[in-house]
Amino acid sequence: MDNLFQEIIFWSLFAVVVAGALLVVGQRDMFRSALALIVTFLGVAGIFAQMNAEFLAVAQVLIYVGAVSVLVIFAVMFTKDLAHAPRSTNLQPVVIVAVGLLFIALCWAIFQSQWNEMPSNVPPYLENVFVDSTAQLGSAIIGDYVMAFEAVGVLLLAAVIGALALVRDK
Amino acid sequence: MLERYLILSVILFCIGLYGALSRRNIIAVLICTELMLNGVNVALVAFSRYTTPAFMRLTPVDTSDAAKVLDGQAFAVFVVVVAAAEVALGLALIIALVRSRNTTDITEINLMRN
Repeated sequence: MDNLFQEIIFWSLFAVVVAGALLVVGQRDMFRSALALIVTFLGVAGIFAQMNAEFLAVAQVLIYVGAVSVLVIFAVMFTKDLAHAPRSTNLQPVVIVAVGLLFIALCWAIFQSQWNEMPSNVPPYLENVFVDSTAQLGSAIIGDYVMAFEAVGVLLLAAVIGALALVRDK
Repeated sequence: MLERYLILSVILFCIGLYGALSRRNIIAVLICTELMLNGVNVALVAFSRYTTPAFMRLTPVDTSDAAKVLDGQAFAVFVVVVAAAEVALGLALIIALVRSRNTTDITEINLMRN
């Protein structure tokens, strides 16, 4: 019964994410695309939560839904009067074929590969990691990945300085 | 279980790629790039959750190394941060560009200056 519940949750989130993504690329109206993007981000946050990545799920909601989507909606509203073009470029048939081939190739690679899957009953020390994944993720970021952490801090500083340089008066 | 999440990741990535290559509005291209990044994040977290890392298969494991299982999640956190910074600055540049060219159509923005 527990497994059935997990299956229902997964397939519902799958449907939400795929429907949201199709609406993002299929809508002509930019504002509706931005709203469908929010739905997709929330669905992906649910997928993360189901995979024992709770910190990442909350970070996804805070950063993507809370900041990135709001910025996108601001940009759409600033440029709304100028958007009169049709939806797709002239390359659309070529792109459909190419992306379709890529999709088939990736699916074939996924089903052909021998993944070293973790057994369903995980060993006890791993079970603790997945139950308390936020604390372990914190240890990993500050421990093994401290260089990447510092580099991302410098990147954010550069982004803020760049944004200020874009908007300052001469 | 791993294959389902990977198929979801591939679907997100391919839909995002299709949108990024075939939409005319410049902000739509950025939105579809964000979809691709989300697809990659799903794949990273799925790999960290559902595959056994190499260091566990090859050597006997000290339980203090268990946090290395979450490599994929740490990577995904950094991808989220970089994507957020990129979108913020990208949108600022896009608004400046659209204001100066008076169009959001990428097929019309094809010269480096007016």
